[in-house]
Amino acid sequence: MKPRHKRLTFILVGLAGVAVAAGLVLNAFRGNITFAFSPSEVVAGKVPHGSNFRLGGLVEKGSLERENDGLTVHFVVTDLAQNVKVTYKGILPDLFKEGTGAVSLGKMGPDGVFHAQEVLAKHDEKYMPPEVARALKEAKKDKTKGMPVTMNEGGGNL
Amino acid sequence: MIPEIGHFALIVALCMALVQGTLPLVGAARGIPRWMALARPVAQGQFVFVAISFICLTYAFIHSDFSVLYVAEHSNADLPLIYRIAGVWGGHEGSLLLWILMLTIWMLAVTVFSRHLPEEMVARVLGVMGLVAVGFNSFILFTSDPFERLLPAAASGQDLNPLLQDPGLAIHPPMLYMGYVGFSVAFAFAIAALLGGKLDATWARWSRPWTTVAWMFLTCGIALGSWWSYYELGWGGWWFWDPVENASFMPWLVGTALIHSLAVTEKRGSFKSWTVLLAIFAFSLSLLGTFLVRSGVLTSVHSFASDPKRGLFILIFLVVVVGSSLMLYAWRAPKVGLGGSFALLSRESLLLANNVLFTTAAGTVLLGTLAPLIVDALVAVGILGPTNKISVGAPYFNLVFVPIMAVAIFFLGVGPVAKWKKAELPELAARGRWAGISAVIVAVIMPFLLGHWSWLVSLGILMAFWIIFTVGHSLWERLHRSRSDRGWWGRFAGLPKSFLGMQLAHFGVAIFILGVTVIGGYETGKDVKMDIGDTVEVGGYTFRFDGVMDTSGPNYQASRGIIKVFKDGLPVMELNPEKRVYHVQRQPTTEAAIDSGFFRHLFVALGEPVGNGSWSVRVYYKPLVSWIWLGCVLMALGGLLAISDRRYRTLARKQREMLLSGAEQKLPGAHPNPAMTRAEVKS
Repeated sequence: MKPRHKRLTFILVGLAGVAVAAGLVLNAFRGNITFAFSPSEVVAGKVPHGSNFRLGGLVEKGSLERENDGLTVHFVVTDLAQNVKVTYKGILPDLFKEGTGAVSLGKMGPDGVFHAQEVLAKHDEKYMPPEVARALKEAKKDKTKGMPVTMNEGGGNL
Repeated sequence: MIPEIGHFALIVALCMALVQGTLPLVGAARGIPRWMALARPVAQGQFVFVAISFICLTYAFIHSDFSVLYVAEHSNADLPLIYRIAGVWGGHEGSLLLWILMLTIWMLAVTVFSRHLPEEMVARVLGVMGLVAVGFNSFILFTSDPFERLLPAAASGQDLNPLLQDPGLAIHPPMLYMGYVGFSVAFAFAIAALLGGKLDATWARWSRPWTTVAWMFLTCGIALGSWWSYYELGWGGWWFWDPVENASFMPWLVGTALIHSLAVTEKRGSFKSWTVLLAIFAFSLSLLGTFLVRSGVLTSVHSFASDPKRGLFILIFLVVVVGSSLMLYAWRAPKVGLGGSFALLSRESLLLANNVLFTTAAGTVLLGTLAPLIVDALVAVGILGPTNKISVGAPYFNLVFVPIMAVAIFFLGVGPVAKWKKAELPELAARGRWAGISAVIVAVIMPFLLGHWSWLVSLGILMAFWIIFTVGHSLWERLHRSRSDRGWWGRFAGLPKSFLGMQLAHFGVAIFILGVTVIGGYETGKDVKMDIGDTVEVGGYTFRFDGVMDTSGPNYQASRGIIKVFKDGLPVMELNPEKRVYHVQRQPTTEAAIDSGFFRHLFVALGEPVGNGSWSVRVYYKPLVSWIWLGCVLMALGGLLAISDRRYRTLARKQREMLLSGAEQKLPGAHPNPAMTRAEVKS
């Protein structure tokens, strides 16, 4: 084989590899990107029907209820403007607390309740997930001025 | 007073770094021996001052000096001594100090183990590392001073994050940083070679052990982190594709490619510019990792609450490092020239495939990790319309990563037996035939024996046994061909260490894959509500919940669950998972109880109390899970074995004269090259 042909073969094999990798990436991206929505957006109907998404916000104080099976919980996620009811079956993370931020992954049910498959809270209680911080910021922006919104969690990372 | 000494020592260290980053480099360029000679003593001095600074901070932690802000934020007088020490790197400022301490330790190592190197090379390597030190040192001093005073002093500290109060986490960051920072040596060697314009097999041979050691530390660090999250986060997963995990994994992938590429450069002189590029990438990804962790730009379970100024500083530093080294590369690399040529099928081409696959894998992980940032940026500049924050889930990484690695594993079996320069397909096929057939048979049958058959499990087992059989085959071949008459053990001991190291590391990959596959296919577990006396069956064991009792530790209160485990009706053990609440931060943490056997773990964690003495409990049966970390340890040990190879020591002695005589290949008295093919040995 001439060196020129050899180089060409290397390049072709390389290109084929890149194409396969790109295909894999695109395919994997298609099914596994989730968008974050705030309770206000959910209530306004901005979430595409039946899609998985991440719901960010504060867990409303006093809203956590537990069913008799000990595993199914209901709580309300709020961005201080709108509320969304969430139901989840499983063990909640240690950092999950009423009045602090949480991100839930799941989809809206026909009953208007968000069915979470996963609930995330973070390592560091000083840290606020960007989804939550954004939800609070957006809600604050939309509200009429003069209504004080306390953000004692200090979403400083935006 | 002590914190001020620490602060002052750090300033002195910065000044020394400035000297180290300039004079030796200029000296090497202009040929001024006295300036070059500065590199070693200044680097050693810098180590001393950074160490003083680190000791001062540790002292402040041990003595709970809450007039230091950082100590007040991350420690508490009730904290046990070991965690007061580990608290030094429990937050942002201190972990950066640890970073720079590691950097100076590596510099010190370079000054000690570089006697056989030409003076210019040492000057350049230490000079480049000095520049890196300047960047990090000023980062600490200007944005994240750990010695900042808090006046008046706090009465008590805010305590270390309870999740970090754990022996695994006490050693995880030093290991990980040792690896991260270790790539700075490979990077410095690469830049030094570009600056000097001398990029050859000798350079690869110098830089190879350093890279391997850094890679070993990184391997152990990642494994430790994975082990920690397995037992400490309470949900029993060992890898989450979390941005911070990815941040440490990307340099590992590129570092692995670099190790293999260095092998080619050392043996055959090929891939020179590619190797240099990989060295630049490996270190850049380490820096990127630091940026991702420190800046808080990504949602991650590890993110520190942080200050945008810091993220910006590291970003600028990153751009300067990557930009200037790539520019240097673009300027110098075309002059490097090509090494030996090789055929389409040869060990070189197979190692090239390894390199391409590993960098592609790193690229896809990078893409998945940065996708949320990229989308945000596109929205910000108006290319994309306003959209919501996106996140990329673990399935993305599994879908992309597994197929790429499956191909790489196939090459892993073939590569080590292929000849350099030109391999023959029929011969390769003949040598791999039995390993391939046996692996397929095992892959078809074994899943049935383990329980049920599935494609994914079968594929995993195929990959693992393909490696095991090819490793076994080449060992057997080597032993068989060895002419030594010292018996099998003598022959085995006589094999080159670097050959054994490679085989051991590859065997570790197989063990790792088996662990991942079996736990993925056969893990069973349940989240259940348990009243006192309730039982649950998992993995052939019966778990009985006998309630919880209150207990307390040095700085926490805990509910300790009593769970009796029965097998075939007989009690076999008691597991005591805990739910702890630490006094200061009041944050509950889960301490899982794990019975670790070689073949399986029983994993029990307490969820929450759900009234009337009952709790939600998480019970898992995890077969072969410990093999995941065992595999990593074997990989690291393989690295250790490889660098203990005799040729590096022989080299150290002979290097100078060899350099003077200009011949760098074929050292007389050096051990027969382990990776050398039969063809070359014959010729």
